[in-house]
Amino acid sequence: MEHQPPPFFNRGPAPLVRLMFFVVLALFLMVLDARFHYAEPLRAGLALLAYPIQRVALAPVQLASGVVDFFSSQVRLQRENEALREKQLRLARDLLTFEALAAENAHLRQLIGARERTPRKVTLAEILYAGRDPFSRKVIIDKGGRDEIEPGLPVVDDIGVIGQVTRVYPLLSEVTLITDKDHAIPVQVVRNGLRAVVYGAGDGTTLELGFMATNADILNGDELVTSGIDGIYPAGIPVARVARIERDAAYSFAKISCVPAAGPGRHTQVLVIGRDAKLPPAPEVRQARRTPAKGRRGRRRE
Amino acid sequence: MIDGRPQRIMLPVNVGFMALTTLLALLFNLLPWRDMSGLPDMLALVITFWCTHQPRKIGIGAAWILGLVMDAANGALLGQHAFAYSVLAFSAAQLSRRILWFGIWRQALHVVLLLLATQLLMLAVGMAAGGTFPGYGWFAASGIAALLWPVITFMLLLPQRRPEVVDVDRPL
Repeated sequence: MEHQPPPFFNRGPAPLVRLMFFVVLALFLMVLDARFHYAEPLRAGLALLAYPIQRVALAPVQLASGVVDFFSSQVRLQRENEALREKQLRLARDLLTFEALAAENAHLRQLIGARERTPRKVTLAEILYAGRDPFSRKVIIDKGGRDEIEPGLPVVDDIGVIGQVTRVYPLLSEVTLITDKDHAIPVQVVRNGLRAVVYGAGDGTTLELGFMATNADILNGDELVTSGIDGIYPAGIPVARVARIERDAAYSFAKISCVPAAGPGRHTQVLVIGRDAKLPPAPEVRQARRTPAKGRRGRRRE
Repeated sequence: MIDGRPQRIMLPVNVGFMALTTLLALLFNLLPWRDMSGLPDMLALVITFWCTHQPRKIGIGAAWILGLVMDAANGALLGQHAFAYSVLAFSAAQLSRRILWFGIWRQALHVVLLLLATQLLMLAVGMAAGGTFPGYGWFAASGIAALLWPVITFMLLLPQRRPEVVDVDRPL
């Protein structure tokens, strides 16, 4: 008969066995999450579990900013007010012409039988915090599935595109920034209408204009705006400015670095832009995938 | 803990206090930090602390679940922190008798190695999943966390240091 230790000394499985069990479980989860995207319900549950903790963590910060706001000097407020009034006057003039132009545009579009552009639903959201994962560029905003946020919606601030919603929880959603390595946006050069695709460079501060021939007509300082041909981003939102061009005859493509126009470091308020209702549904939802552009980029790097 | 110096006999640990401090460390990690470079992973530090001081009260399973919460809250690959934290908990528990034998700064030397190994594991997982290299500054977080080791040790052992019977006539 095998000798059993008395229950007093019985501590369950050996530590190494336990470690192996949890390591294998973690590896299994990682594969499930990265390759097959089956772990989303578990992730949503865990995020809901962490939500109250996050709210508590945010409370002192929000309290501090509230106190700072309360004691902000009158002089500063007056100055800000003046600046805003000046800006409003300037914008009001533009707005007058804009309304006339919009009417004219709608009329012309009707004449040529083009589809009228519909205004999209816009949701104001606040950036709660930046994701702590050092391997990707993400921020978490305070609107989720409850506010009809969907994966794939573009997120902009008052200057330009910030990123795209990649994961939606009931109360929060996760925004992948345009500087993330796996993020791509179709853009257009304002100066000459040239279309291209901008990728995040992965270092967190710059973007890369991919697959442009060495003799492409792109100059330093060119403004890039969204082209709108993807049906996700509305056309004409500023994305980036070309900062550096390296044309090397040894490669078939020029290496073009751009600086993003907007960034999450400036403001905490962002706008989530809804879908264009008139577009037919996409054949397959692929926005929620972690690595949409990975395969192509991998080949290019080699 | 000793180094030829006399060792103090402590009160048994309160499991509720362990849970509370771990939760507070998780709270610290979930604070809305703007700049993440060099920010110590407080949860990893507290897990290391409790796994070295109370290896029988906290185990690999707890570390695994905390790691999973970290992953979900940060939008990281699910299991990335869980994997690294469970290995950290295991190593800390295995090395606990060795680590506690040293003085506080030499303990910190052990801790910096444990935390660096944790970061390397996370780096391996993150890079394998197609992430960006976060830069060498990211590893500074382990050094800063290890510098906090004496502070953490002092604070987390405070409840165990108080006398069991409070004698009002005692001078000290």
